[in-house]
Amino acid sequence: MASVTLSDVKKSYGNVPIIHGLDLEVQSGEFLVLVGPSGCGKSTLLRMIAGLEDINDGVIAIGDKIVNDLPASQRNLSMVFQSYALYPHMSVRKNLAFGLSNLKMPRPEIERRVADAARILQIEPLMERKPRQLSGGQKQRVAIGRAIVREPQLFLFDEPLSNLDAELRVQMRVELAGLYQRLGTTMIYVTHDQTEAMTMATRIVVLNKGRIEQVGTPYELYNFPRNKFVATFIGSPKMNMLDAQAAGGKADIAGLGSLALPQGITANGPISIGIRPEQLSLGTSGDLTVPGKVTLVEYLGSEVFIYVRLANEQTVLVQGAGDAKTRNGEDVTLTINASGAHYFDAEGQRLGAVE
Amino acid sequence: MSIRSKLRRSWPGYVFLTPWLIGFFLLSIFPILASLYLAFTDYDAVNAPVWVGLENFQYMFEFDYRFWQSLKVTFLFVVLSVPAKLIFALIVAMLLDKGIRAVGWYRALFYLPSILGGSIAVAILWRQLFNADGVINSALAVFGIQGPYWLSDPNYSLYTLVVLAIWQFGSPMLIFLAGLRAIPQDLYEAAEIDAATPSRKFFAITVPMLAPVIFFNLVLQMIEAFKSFSGAFIISGGTGAPLDSLLFFTVYLFNEAFSYFRMGYASALGWVLLIIIAAFTAIAFWTSKYWVHYENERG
Repeated sequence: MASVTLSDVKKSYGNVPIIHGLDLEVQSGEFLVLVGPSGCGKSTLLRMIAGLEDINDGVIAIGDKIVNDLPASQRNLSMVFQSYALYPHMSVRKNLAFGLSNLKMPRPEIERRVADAARILQIEPLMERKPRQLSGGQKQRVAIGRAIVREPQLFLFDEPLSNLDAELRVQMRVELAGLYQRLGTTMIYVTHDQTEAMTMATRIVVLNKGRIEQVGTPYELYNFPRNKFVATFIGSPKMNMLDAQAAGGKADIAGLGSLALPQGITANGPISIGIRPEQLSLGTSGDLTVPGKVTLVEYLGSEVFIYVRLANEQTVLVQGAGDAKTRNGEDVTLTINASGAHYFDAEGQRLGAVE
Repeated sequence: MSIRSKLRRSWPGYVFLTPWLIGFFLLSIFPILASLYLAFTDYDAVNAPVWVGLENFQYMFEFDYRFWQSLKVTFLFVVLSVPAKLIFALIVAMLLDKGIRAVGWYRALFYLPSILGGSIAVAILWRQLFNADGVINSALAVFGIQGPYWLSDPNYSLYTLVVLAIWQFGSPMLIFLAGLRAIPQDLYEAAEIDAATPSRKFFAITVPMLAPVIFFNLVLQMIEAFKSFSGAFIISGGTGAPLDSLLFFTVYLFNEAFSYFRMGYASALGWVLLIIIAAFTAIAFWTSKYWVHYENERG
C-alpha cells in the first residue's frame, strides 16, 4: 500500500496544455476515482502516474519516493487497461505469469501467486485458454488477475469496464469493490461514468479541462458540489439549473416567481439555482409553486422521470415515485423548496457552506 | 432464374470482361498448357515438336550436372537472401516505426531500390560498382585494402548478388511497417509495466503479432527469390559465369531456351521450377499452423 502525491504536475502535447499544474494527495489504501468528461485529462493523469507518459513539470511521488524518472516497471504498480491488453498468443496462465517471470521470481512463487489470483477471480477453468477464446467479462477478469499477481503497492484502472455490456458492468463493479475490500491496496480508477465513480470510490476527483474541479467523498460531491460543473456532472439524472436574479434575500426566477433564499446565502445579481430532480415534486405544498406542462414521462418501474415545461419555456426534470399517474400533455403544478436547492454565483461557484 | 435469363441479364458484364479474358487465355493459360505439352517433346522452335515422353526429365535428373549446379546456386541464393532480406526489412521498418519525423519521405526513399532493383539498369550499375576496379574496390584501396574480385571470383559472386537482393528490401519493409502499426500500443504498455525487456517485448509481442505478416513476406520473397533472374543474368553476362557460380535456375532455363533453342527441355525445366516453388510454398503453409496465429481466428 502506498500514498501518491502529485504536486504542480503539468503536461502538454506540443503547445496544447492537457494538465495545468495539478496538486493531488491520494491516501494510502484509498479507492480514488478520477472522473470527468472525455478529453478532461483523466487518462493522461493516470498514465503519468503509471510512468507511461512523461510529465513536463512538477513532482509525482509514490509513497515517499519521487518517481518522475523511474520507468513504469520500477514503480511497483499494476495497471488494468480498457482494452484488457492481454497478450493474444499466450494462455491465460502465461498472461498472468508474464510480469512475474520478467522479475525473475522463483517458479514456485509464480505458481502460487497465479493460482491464488485464479482462485480469487474464479478463472481456474480458463487457465489454458487463449484470450480470443474468452468472453469480454472473462478477459477483464484475466486483466485484473494480471494486475493482482504482482501484489503491487498501487493499482491503476483505466476505464476497465467501458467495453462491457451494462449487466456485466454492474456485476464487475460489485466484484471490483469486493476485491478492493479484500486487498485494501491503494487504487486509482479512471472513468467517465459518474455512477461507477459514486458507487466505488472512497473519494472522487472531478476533472475538467485538465483542472481539478473538486475532490471529495461521493456524499460531499453530491450534496455540496463546489461549482455548477460538479453539480451537473455528478448525479443521474442531471441537476436542473434555473437562472435567477438575487436581491434582498430573495431570488427572482425569470418568469416564474420569487423564492426566499435560505439562511447564509447572500447574493446580489445573477445566480443559478440548482435543484436535483428528486428535490422537485408535483403539488402545491412548497416555498414556490409554478405551473407547467408535462412533455414526456419516462417510466422506470420503481421511479418515473417527468419532463415539465415551465412558463419560461425551460424544461425541468422531476423524479417521482413509480406509482405516479402523470400523463403526457397534462397541466401540472411544480413545487420548489428553497432548502433543497443549490445556489451558484455568476461565475458558477457555490454560494453558502461547503461541508 | 434459368441460365439463359441470367445470361441475358449479365451479358454486358461479359462483354467488358472480354479483352481481359482474351489476354488471359491467349497470353497465360495457352502458353502454360503449351509448355506442359512441350516439356514432353523435343522442340527447337522451328521444326514441329516430337513427343519424347519422360526423356527430358530423365536426362535432367540423371545426366545434366548443370541442372544440379543451377539448383544448388538457386537454393543457396534463396536460403541466404530471403532471411537476410526479411531481417533487414524488419529492422528498417522498426526504426521507421519508432516515430522518426518525415516517415513518408524515408518510406519513399527506402522503397526506391525496390522499384529500380529489378531493372536491368541497376544490375549494370552494380556490375560497375563491384567490378575488380569498380567503385567499391577503389574506395577500399584508399584504406589500403585489396578488394576481392566481387563478381568474377566464384567464391564471392553469389554473395554479391545476395547483397543486391537485400538492397531491394523496400516492399517487405513497407508491409512490415504496416503490420507494426497495426499492433495495439496497449500491449507494449502492459509489457512495460510488466517489466519486459526490449528483447522480451520483441519476442513475446512483436514477433507473434507480426507472424501473419512475416509469413506473407516469407512466401512472397521465397517465390521471388526462386524466380530471380535479371541480376544474375546481367552480372554474369548471361551465362552464369564465373564457373557457373551465378548459374541461377532461371538463367540456365533461359540459355537452354533461347541460346540453344532446346524449347522442350527448357519447358521441362520450367515445370520443375514450378513444382519446386509449389512444394516449398506448401511446406511454408503447412508449418505456418504451428507459428502463425491470426488475431481473429476462432480457437
